[in-house]
Amino acid sequence: GVVRLVSGDVRRIEKVLIANRGEIACRVMRTAKKMGVRSVAVYSDADRHSMHVAMADEAYHIGPAPSQQSYLSMEKVLEVAKMSGSHAVHPGYGFLSENTEFAEACKQEGIIFIGPPSSAIRDMGIKSTSKHIMSAAGVPIIGGYHGEDQSDKRLQAEAAQIGYPVMIKAVRGGGGKGMRIASSDADFLEQLESARREARKSFNDDVMLVEKFVEDPRHVEVQVFGDMHGNAVYLFERDCSVQRRHQKIIEEAPGPGISPEVRRKLGEAAVKAAKAVNYVGAGTVEFIMDANHNFYFMEMNTRLQVEHPVSEMITGTDLVEWQLRVAAGERLPLLQDDIILGGHSFEARIYAEDPNNDFLPGAGPLLHLSTPQPDQYTRIETGVREGDEVSVHYDPMIAKLVVWGEDRSAALKKLRYCLRQYNIVGLNTNIDFLLSLSGHPEFEAGNVTTSFIPQHYADLFPAPIAPSGATICQAALGLVLQEKKNTQEFTQASTDPFSPFGSSSGWRNNIQLNRNLTLQVGDKKVDVLIQYNKDGSYNMQIGEESHHVTGEVEMEGGASFLHCSVDGEKSRPKLVMLDNTVHLFSTEGSSQVSVPVPKYLAGVSGSGAQGGAVAPMTGTIEKVLVKVGDKVAVGDALMVMIAMKMEHTIRAPKAGVIKKRLERPAVDVKQCGSCVRVWFSLDR
Amino acid sequence: WLLRCRSLPVAGARPYYADTVARLGSEPDKHSSVYQENYERMQVIVDELKSRTEKIKLGGGEKARRLHTSRGKLLPRERIDRLLDPGTPFLEFSQFAAHELYGKEEVPAGGIITGIGRVSGVECVIVANDATVKGGTYYPITVKKHLRAQEIAQQNHLPCIYLVDSGGANLPRQADVFPDRDHFGRIFFNQARLSSDGIAQIAVVMGSCTAGGAYVPAMADESIIVQKQGTIFLGGPPLVKAATGEEVSAEELGGADLHCKKSGVTDHYALDDNHALHLARKTVRSLNYRKNIEVTTEPTEAPLYPADELYGIVGDNLKRNFDVREVIARIVDGSRFDEFKAFYGDTLVTGFSRIFGYPVGIIGNNGVLFSESAKKGTHFIELCCQRNIPLLFLQNITGFMVGREYEAGGIAKDGAKMVTAVACANVPKITVIIGGSYGAGNYGMCGRAYSPRFLYMWPNSRISVMGGEQAATVLATITKDQRAREGKEFTAEQEAAMKEPIVRRFEAEGSPYFSSARLWDDGIIDPADTRLVLGLSLSAALNAPTKKTRFGVFRM
Repeated sequence: GVVRLVSGDVRRIEKVLIANRGEIACRVMRTAKKMGVRSVAVYSDADRHSMHVAMADEAYHIGPAPSQQSYLSMEKVLEVAKMSGSHAVHPGYGFLSENTEFAEACKQEGIIFIGPPSSAIRDMGIKSTSKHIMSAAGVPIIGGYHGEDQSDKRLQAEAAQIGYPVMIKAVRGGGGKGMRIASSDADFLEQLESARREARKSFNDDVMLVEKFVEDPRHVEVQVFGDMHGNAVYLFERDCSVQRRHQKIIEEAPGPGISPEVRRKLGEAAVKAAKAVNYVGAGTVEFIMDANHNFYFMEMNTRLQVEHPVSEMITGTDLVEWQLRVAAGERLPLLQDDIILGGHSFEARIYAEDPNNDFLPGAGPLLHLSTPQPDQYTRIETGVREGDEVSVHYDPMIAKLVVWGEDRSAALKKLRYCLRQYNIVGLNTNIDFLLSLSGHPEFEAGNVTTSFIPQHYADLFPAPIAPSGATICQAALGLVLQEKKNTQEFTQASTDPFSPFGSSSGWRNNIQLNRNLTLQVGDKKVDVLIQYNKDGSYNMQIGEESHHVTGEVEMEGGASFLHCSVDGEKSRPKLVMLDNTVHLFSTEGSSQVSVPVPKYLAGVSGSGAQGGAVAPMTGTIEKVLVKVGDKVAVGDALMVMIAMKMEHTIRAPKAGVIKKRLERPAVDVKQCGSCVRVWFSLDR
Repeated sequence: WLLRCRSLPVAGARPYYADTVARLGSEPDKHSSVYQENYERMQVIVDELKSRTEKIKLGGGEKARRLHTSRGKLLPRERIDRLLDPGTPFLEFSQFAAHELYGKEEVPAGGIITGIGRVSGVECVIVANDATVKGGTYYPITVKKHLRAQEIAQQNHLPCIYLVDSGGANLPRQADVFPDRDHFGRIFFNQARLSSDGIAQIAVVMGSCTAGGAYVPAMADESIIVQKQGTIFLGGPPLVKAATGEEVSAEELGGADLHCKKSGVTDHYALDDNHALHLARKTVRSLNYRKNIEVTTEPTEAPLYPADELYGIVGDNLKRNFDVREVIARIVDGSRFDEFKAFYGDTLVTGFSRIFGYPVGIIGNNGVLFSESAKKGTHFIELCCQRNIPLLFLQNITGFMVGREYEAGGIAKDGAKMVTAVACANVPKITVIIGGSYGAGNYGMCGRAYSPRFLYMWPNSRISVMGGEQAATVLATITKDQRAREGKEFTAEQEAAMKEPIVRRFEAEGSPYFSSARLWDDGIIDPADTRLVLGLSLSAALNAPTKKTRFGVFRM
């Protein structure tokens, strides 16, 4: 690339404050370090020991865990920026990244806000305004109501005018928040109210727009970049069609099946859009694309997006570096003709969530975390390490796995290969789901739309396959070897380190030890009869089948691998043992087998749990809709809970009368057992 | 014989340049007919040992086992397996107790399983009643085995865990069970004395504990009871009915609820067998027990030669000689043996080695004992006591040398020196009978009467006051002389007819099974397991602090 410096106009950025957390904070810091720019982190109570804090050159505490009081607090962030002598603030994505007031406040303090001018944020942040501007600039747009009359009646009338289904969207919204689809007049108001509530919570603004909902569209977006010298370029499109809960899950660049002609048109439309608002810095112009590759402007995101790495991979650029340079007043490192599309890149977002339970976001500790080996073509963008916790307070994304290949199928193969090596224990993740998604023939064929998941639901959620006898043997072997290791460690640390009583041969005088190990496999209990052989091997009998098993655990790059042989067939799955559970990760997929907790160790569960309503996960109670004495029917809403930044309605499991309220609202629900907490007890 | 020693550098602790230690042993000629015959015959008797033990492992038969498990109870060996640190060894004693001892009545393992295993990292003596064998009642041999286990606990300072599931004394045999010093009452005497020695006594009541049996948990330091399974009472419901007319169920009379909530006889309430064993493991963790071994240890090293070669070297023909050094070479760490007085009194082999890193002074027979051998043995025992080195006796002894020359040379007093030394030595002594064990040789080589901490037999071995042939010949000679004095004839046929049953009887009574059935030893072991058994025994023995040895008068 050619770097064009303009003397006199260049501002100094030697220290940058990253007003964010998690992977993006780490991502920005990596580039800052590379460029010799010192980085300043800010953190909340929940992030005291987070990776981004450890990575930064300096770090400052800015308040309690809830983001309103920390990462969203402009005063606190600015105060740290001033105190630390930061020359610039990088907002990352989310939080303050598209907040005009903040951009403005930075400017007033003489601190560079790494992003577009506040006017551009404002114009693009208000969806109605952005569409007017784009329409005027000749960018194709889709019909809808973007008016100021926000009365229910008017919005409902406009919806009817546009024709159902319609999308209700918070004007200041983004990232799927404050967005609902109404499929008919009947559910319009409920959806509207829900969208408003979420928007108020997230953006403190509940102005809504209504627009036509295009069925099965593709979500295609163009990465653009502008500088202060009037240059604007596009770095080609990304396809982010595959979504769940209106949030992206897997992204790729370039868009599959898009002709160079359409690609150029998309890029040019996006640049036109950027120029219409004198755009500076990284931005994304989102389009929806129909089956005939007609595209319409949706919105412009005035920030560096989560999925920016795929654009970097196909263009060989570092967009954070561009951001820092452009913010310093430099010209764009490359102009349009220098930007060459090469290969194909995928990004898979690894989330703490339960795909089998409507992708319910999760939280908890990352008890085990091992990743594929990062290299030039494999990036692991993450802000967590093994032992860290995915907090209930923030986005449950654990990492972004970004790969590059010569072409789409090569990249896809690589993605799947790496996903299999991404092993997490401690909480539910979408990794297995990403594997079945990326392995779906329609996905392989590039036939992606925003309805991909519901359309192929049955294929994407195959019935779980019970682990084979060999897998159960591997798990049993893992447990036996673990015991052996424990015994060995104990003996070695004891006053008598060589005693043969510390061996785990299972030796018995003149007889063989037969041990019965009961394992929990799925919802079944399986008895494994283990016979200890003299040569250190084991015979394992499961029901009628008998297996000859040998093996040992070997450490490799911090992970344990079970080198084993079952009936002569050798394999080496990754082995993770936590508490009573054995997790095996092989190229065939993952399986888990546990030793059931004996009843005498299982805590006696509270009798109050019977007939109560339970929160599905840890979170904060937003609103309680009933009071003691109320009569409720099955399915009646009892309360609204906010967890993982999402709203969940807790409904009555059965009809009854509210007997007792067990907790006050606005208190974090404590985690208890399997994330279940009784909130109400019901009388029949 | 030839001294087959090789010099090799030491691989292990205390490296010292140019340090070499003799490695013992030689590659046997595996193609020789003697080796092959020995191997095959030993294999046969080892296989027999194992198949007999597998049968004993089953306890009281299919029906009794099914009844036992149908009540939700674990079999006694399962209980032990789950009590122990998972996958660790269990050194079981006297599996052949009661073997062919009570005529047609089979009492596998004497109805009680005893042994040493690690529980929560602590080596413990475990005593488990087998309720599938005659309801776990105490036969005379059951009592003896229980007492022997307590003796092992006392000598080696090992906590005791009693897994109680017993109907108490076997009433038809009460006269041989109840009154004498080493009868039933001794169990509780021992519990009290062991506890006073600071040796923990833990009882887990997993079935009945009736009458005298009630004192096992009651005398224990800490006791656990399983709900709806364990019962403790001095008199059971039938006795209560007979005595007072009161009708009461066993559970009401002495169940877990009563004893944990009202009487306080038991301390911990278990939901089932597994829970009880879990609680027992926790109890051991709370003993604050620390094993203080008073000897140096080194990393373990396997012998240079495979253990199964012992089959081919020793065989089952006691008349065939073998060099005990070849046995030592297959037992000790790295086949290293620092021989003491190699060229003096060479029918006795003495020297220092390590087994599983523990130091050990080995005394092995290579023929009949002469005065020199006995004096050498005495000297060596003194050395080991001085240095606090455990003693290992490898017995294969026909006795002390007899004859005018030897009597005149004072073999009786030299033999007495060795017997005195063996009797007084307070270091742990372990005896393995690997061949014959006859006459005073048994005494000098630390037979049962000399209280070795452990005594094991190989399945090929024989023990008796003298060999059957010799005994028959002695008796025949006496008869012949008597007849001669009476002027009667004693034909060769008569002599043969007289000798034959004597030889047969000696053969039967000299068998290790006969010995083990009566608890003259602590068990029959596979020669190939000798090293491990010795390692476990040494490990257990070193729990006890060694008392200083003070020898008696050596007749000079």
